[in-house]
Order: sequence, then C-alpha cells, then structure tokens
Amino acid sequence: MKIVALCGVGIGTSAILKVNAERALARLDIEAEVTATDVAGVASVGFDAQVILTSSELVDAIGKTNADIVVIDNYFDVDELTAKLETALG
Amino acid sequence: MPLPPLPTAAITIGVHVEDWRGAVAAAGDALERSGSTSPEYTKRMIGVIDEFGAYVVIAPGLALAHARPGPDVHTEGLSVVTLAEPVAFGHPHNDPVSVVLGLAVTSGDEHVLLVAELANVFNDPHVIPALAAATDVDSIRSLLGVTAPSEEQ
Repeated sequence: MKIVALCGVGIGTSAILKVNAERALARLDIEAEVTATDVAGVASVGFDAQVILTSSELVDAIGKTNADIVVIDNYFDVDELTAKLETALG
Repeated sequence: MPLPPLPTAAITIGVHVEDWRGAVAAAGDALERSGSTSPEYTKRMIGVIDEFGAYVVIAPGLALAHARPGPDVHTEGLSVVTLAEPVAFGHPHNDPVSVVLGLAVTSGDEHVLLVAELANVFNDPHVIPALAAATDVDSIRSLLGVTAPSEEQ
C-alpha cells in the first residue's frame, strides 16, 4: 500500500507528516510505504497511491486522482492521523 | 538523535510584526544572523506561502517556514521566533500563529532526521504554547531539548 504526504515544496512539512503518518500506521498495525512529495510531483508519485495526506490549503493543487485525499489539521497530532487513516483505510 | 545546537542568534523572542510576511521575515532574519542563509532565502520562504497558501501552519499556533534547498542556504539551520502578538496566516484551523520556525536545508535528504526529531518534540501539545510564553533563550532551548553551541557555553 502506498501513501503520499504532500507539501508545497516536498521538504519540511511533508517530512513531518510522513514521520507522524508512519507512527500512526504502526499504531494501526498497517504496513504501508509513505512517500513525501511536492505539488509538482504529486501527479507522478501519487498516481498509484491509496491515500494522499495533506493540508486543506493544498487540496485544490492535487488535481485528478483516484486516491483518497485526507486533510490533516495538526501535523503533530498522531491521534488525528491515526483516526483519519483508520477511516480512509478501514 | 537530538536536534543540533541552537545559537542565540537563531532565536528571536516576542518580536512585533504586522502580518505573516513580517513573521516569516523574522524567521528568515534569524537564519541569516546564525549564518545559515542569505536574504534571498527569506524571500523564497515568503514566496512559498504566496504560491501555495498557509499550509505551512502545520499545528495550532505554529508555522514551519521553509523553501527548497538552494545556493542561498549555506548550512542546515533552524530558527525560532515568537511573536508579541499572534498573526493570521490564513489557515482555516490553526490560526493565529504565535511561534514561527524557520527551516533551511542544503539537500532534500539530509533533513529527515532533523524533522523526525522536530516531530518528537512537538508531539507534546504543550510545547507550542510554552514556547509562545517563553521569555528567555534558555527556556526556548530547554523546551526543544537542544543545547547552545559550544562556543556560547
């Protein structure tokens, strides 16, 4: 399973989202590859992803996708990430 | 792995700014003072928000200002700025912002350990309000679990 963590420039915020998404997946005992990327790369990196994690600010930049887009408000809140990933993947 | 030492020059406490641009500029100024970046990097951090919006406000009250690696980044760096009065960045959930971190990295890969450690620090929800309320650099360093560089000790 593939999950994409998206930010504007592909460093910093997407890396934090990736780290905490991996913690949430460990809690859920789900195996998945989490890749950090930027807006320019999301079409190619995300084409086979099941879930795209991002900020509400970037949803419109994603374009057409088959992935579930999951908006995260607090990137440091592993409880929020766990709940939303459980819903998306459950 | 702890965060690298944080020089006093990279910390600004209780700065007065007009708006989010002033807040990001203050984080850029602190990166410049600590020798991490050139002024062009500060402009690029503001440009990221102009282009993509307030997604850098990644938690209530906290913005992580950053841009891509570039020739205006001399060394990896982190700066911490607290605002005298919080400002809005335009984020639907996490405004207003009272703490701005400035992040500069020289390559896309090397920062992963740094941000993993940032994630460890900020997974404690008390850290952001405590940083916003801190009045001296030692309190800021203590909250982040970092030391001063050896030349400052």
